[in-house]
Amino acid sequence: MSSDTPEHPQHGEVLLTMRGVVIDGFADERWHEIIRGVDLTLHKGEVLGLIGESGAGKSTLGLAAMGFARPGCRISGGEIVFDGIDLVAASERRKQRLRGSRIAYVAQSAAAAFNPAHTLLEQTVEATLRHGLRGRAEAEADARALYAAMDLPDPEHIGDRFPHQVSGGQLQRAMTAMAMAARPDLIIFDEPTTALDVTTQVNVLAAMRRAIEQFDTAAIYITHDLAVVAQMADRIKVLRYGEEVEEAPTEEMLRAPKHPYTRSLWAVRSLQKPGQTSSDLVLEIDGVTAAYGTVDVLHDVSIGLPRGKTVALVGESGSGKSTAARVVTGLLPPRRGEVRFDGTALPADLKGRTKEQKRRIQMIYQMADTAMNPRQTVREIIGRPIAFYHGLRGREVERRVERLLEQIELDGSFADRLPGELSGGQKQRICIARALAAEPEVIICDEVTSALDQIVQEGILKLLMRLQEDHGLSYIFITHDIATVEAIADEVVVMLEGRVVEQGLKEEIFAPPHPEYTELLLSSVPEMEAGWLERAIARRQGGAVADRLAEGGRDLPSPG
Amino acid sequence: MSESEGYSAAAEVGAVRMRRSWRERAWIELKKAPFTAWLGLVIILAYVFVAIFAPWLAPYGEADAQFGAYEPWSGAHVFGTDQIGRDILSRLIYGARNTIGIALATTLLAFLIGGSLALVAAISRGWIDQVLSRAVDVLISIPSLIFALMLLSIYGSTTLSLIVIIAVLDSTRVFRLGRAVAMNVVVMDYVEAARLRGEGLGWIMRREILPNIMPPLVAEFGLRFCFVFLTIAALSFLGVGIQPPTADWGSMVRENASLIQFAQFDLRAGITPLLPAAAIAILTIAVNFVVDWFLMKTSGLRDEP
Amino acid sequence: MHPVVSIMLQRLALGLMTLFFVSIIIFMAIEMLPGDFTQAVLGQAATEETVAAFRRELGLDQPAYIRYFDWVGGVLQGDFGTSFSGRASSGVDRSREVVDLIGPRLANTLFLAGMTAVIAVPLALLLGITAALWRGSLYDRAVNATTLSTISMPEFFVAYILILFLGSLYPVFPSLANVSADTPFWERVYRCALPAMTLTLVIVAHMMRMTRAAIINLLASPYIEMARLKGLSATRVILFHALPNAWAPIVNVIAFNLAYLIVGVVVVEVVFVYPGIGQLMVDAVTTRDIPVVQACALIFAATYILLNLLADIISIVTNPRLLHPR
Repeated sequence: MSSDTPEHPQHGEVLLTMRGVVIDGFADERWHEIIRGVDLTLHKGEVLGLIGESGAGKSTLGLAAMGFARPGCRISGGEIVFDGIDLVAASERRKQRLRGSRIAYVAQSAAAAFNPAHTLLEQTVEATLRHGLRGRAEAEADARALYAAMDLPDPEHIGDRFPHQVSGGQLQRAMTAMAMAARPDLIIFDEPTTALDVTTQVNVLAAMRRAIEQFDTAAIYITHDLAVVAQMADRIKVLRYGEEVEEAPTEEMLRAPKHPYTRSLWAVRSLQKPGQTSSDLVLEIDGVTAAYGTVDVLHDVSIGLPRGKTVALVGESGSGKSTAARVVTGLLPPRRGEVRFDGTALPADLKGRTKEQKRRIQMIYQMADTAMNPRQTVREIIGRPIAFYHGLRGREVERRVERLLEQIELDGSFADRLPGELSGGQKQRICIARALAAEPEVIICDEVTSALDQIVQEGILKLLMRLQEDHGLSYIFITHDIATVEAIADEVVVMLEGRVVEQGLKEEIFAPPHPEYTELLLSSVPEMEAGWLERAIARRQGGAVADRLAEGGRDLPSPG
Repeated sequence: MSESEGYSAAAEVGAVRMRRSWRERAWIELKKAPFTAWLGLVIILAYVFVAIFAPWLAPYGEADAQFGAYEPWSGAHVFGTDQIGRDILSRLIYGARNTIGIALATTLLAFLIGGSLALVAAISRGWIDQVLSRAVDVLISIPSLIFALMLLSIYGSTTLSLIVIIAVLDSTRVFRLGRAVAMNVVVMDYVEAARLRGEGLGWIMRREILPNIMPPLVAEFGLRFCFVFLTIAALSFLGVGIQPPTADWGSMVRENASLIQFAQFDLRAGITPLLPAAAIAILTIAVNFVVDWFLMKTSGLRDEP
Repeated sequence: MHPVVSIMLQRLALGLMTLFFVSIIIFMAIEMLPGDFTQAVLGQAATEETVAAFRRELGLDQPAYIRYFDWVGGVLQGDFGTSFSGRASSGVDRSREVVDLIGPRLANTLFLAGMTAVIAVPLALLLGITAALWRGSLYDRAVNATTLSTISMPEFFVAYILILFLGSLYPVFPSLANVSADTPFWERVYRCALPAMTLTLVIVAHMMRMTRAAIINLLASPYIEMARLKGLSATRVILFHALPNAWAPIVNVIAFNLAYLIVGVVVVEVVFVYPGIGQLMVDAVTTRDIPVVQACALIFAATYILLNLLADIISIVTNPRLLHPR
């Protein structure tokens, strides 16, 4: 049956097979193929990683393993056989009996996938009760045991809480417990940690791994992050545009990927730049305390930006990275402290700054989609700062736009396009050109690559570095991704809860000894090798910050 | 499958659509439009035609009361005459002009008031937004027909006061929607980028916000027109809207309503009062059909895969 | 304090504030009257003394805020002032108390509105929910097209079509809904059949469309997909997962449409010559009987505000996020 896939002696018989599966999606008033004939074999107790970039059809394929197609999709060809049952032909009743009992699903956003109206416990035991697998008392006791196994705090009582009363990481674990409740043969994990911060992710990954090992459950683990899937899967299948690129056992895939596309999935990790520094500061944030309303979100933050260099602001969501950027741009005047440009203090409020001061600091945003007016052509978008700051008109502007397009490696024909007619990477390039058009000295890059696919990220990072050399630009680079920092930064500023943990040359920050939080952050970034997860967990035992952040403390509200 | 991964930005695959002029695009959309949308468009055009060319189309004058009262349907008077001997067909035709004209003027005025205040509120935020929004909250909590009745009792039922009163009342709804969609645009990064660049309020309003809130506003214009049209028809029907001798569909229903009791004896006389009412209904249905299609096109309301 | 209680109190206060401002606006109506309206009310032949006496009675010699509080104070005690009609230039005053005019008619209007609501609300919910569940089916499309057409029709068109068929061609129900205080209940229901039917048709169309949209929106939630992926039956998904979260949207739809019903009543009462408060208001507008107009407007506005307030409060009480705070 599975003669064309490698044998896995450590795993038992075949659990799930897909042959030539085709799935259509309905868009623009016709059906398009989302999945174009994919084969897949999964053995009992085996974990298959399904990896690919946005739009590769991973989730669609994962759901098809449950015989499920989202509204607007349909399974139009091929066969899906789960333990001898043909899921394409099976009746809805038959599939209902399988779902939740023998095949379970863990969704990407646990916060949205838990029903706000019921307690966690109620929802955890629901499938077991409804499928008549256990009695209520037994199911509830088991659920509590599962909560404990998933390392949830206060497993006896956390089930009485409502979904909005626990943190994202906890919810994701509770959802894994919910999937485990019926002891299914197969669990589909659909990007379960994508929405979590890295330090949270490690613990959730570890808990999931333990659970599937303990109950010898087979799993399909869907993600776009190769380093994550390397920790979870026995075998990895790479998807692109709804087709299989290649499939291999995890170690083999990491060691010697056959297909160039697979290699491009860790493109950014291959970039390394030695950090350099200089004492000539173009921009200084000095003792800034800033607040939204009455709540301080930045506490006495001081950051220096050396001329012609890149300072990366690193931290998790809520650490104050973007707020610091807003202070620099003048959108959020600080309560205390000041921002100095070339040694002179900038007016705190944007309104007080001169055109010249505004011109010298430009900004590039994370979502290029929302950073460009969808009703303006590229020519208008790039041309405006030229006309606005430099007072040029007509042919002059035209020529500059062309030259800028050249610099960002796009040809002149792009000038007439609307943003909707560009790909993600091209959009971000246009945003870079718009910032460049002002001829600035400092550019603030706010997570500019995090919404892009790896290979595109690599292109953008290289472009930014080239532009830095050509124009002597200084970057403030906000990111949560350590690989990106390795690729582009000279100096690194680690932030936590609105404070600067440390600032320094990249090599110094990344070399031990670290302050505790930096250690935690760096050790949480998954590495592209099997067995990293175990080591990370082992390293993490003990440590006050780790304890505070590692889910138990930070998000769990005090009782009462 | 085995392409060499030499990366170039220009070659990066994107959903690049063919560029077409808006005329071509509109025609392509129209060809794909469902039957109801077509029907709606044809009906609207027919109404507009009748409204514009009323004096040439109508067999008799608007207030020409030289015939016998309640004459039956005949060759001379296709739909008979009304209670004081005016030709009903002629009044229906003139009614198109008056009723649609007044409703259109009212809707335009409502959009002018509500739309500009909405933009001001969305951009300046702060206390201006607060004051405007709270004022609208209060005004909107009085049912508009009731409010209109009250104001008409004070200012009297002239065409001008009718237009101004309904427009002011309706502008509150335009304000709500306009502010909501403008707020969605104001928080976009490209607006922030324009502010960071140092652009003035005028530029941001005209170039960054307005073009992006047009589609919902156009759809809303259709819906508000229907609402205004029905409100004015209702007021005229109640006798406090458009006043005689101006021909208008709402009051025509009222004037001839008693004919309906004769339906058993002369069905045609019985349905005469329904003709102007049907004229109102058909136009609003047509507009609704078109708006429905437009909304589906612009907001992409469909089952996402 | 439990957050639900504090949010409820906030809403209540907001509702009262709105009512306060609305009452000011309605009160200002009389302020905005052109100066010579006393002449208009009493007739051209009125003597100066009569006019002066009338002005005094209206309190026009006092500052506006005092008159406002007098008026509101009266309203709170059920005194809406005296009607303008029945005044004569001679100074003979046959005018009636506004309360006496409104009282019986308000009861009639409430009866008609209540009767409509009892039919329309369950019907609309049933149609809306089934259309949402069988989205895209022939049934859904048929219901959709019908209701889209119905909401485009003026109320009086629907009313006259019903009269044409059920009152005139096949006289099943009376086309005039003349009721009085001593009409027996079932007789009343019979006479109100056509007006209630008209209102029902219009309201059901609006309400069904809104219910359908709300349910479709709800069914698109990830937690509903999750429930399906847990292998739960369709009934279980609807009753246990969708319904507890559906109260707020549904209640808002109901409140919105009941408020709309109150307004629709005006036109329908005129068509069927039903002695309700809507017709009274229209008559008062034609004769520019301001105290009556004010009283009617205030009653309509207050009902509208209270219904929306009620919907708000129900949404708050059924919101699990507020019921179980962190």
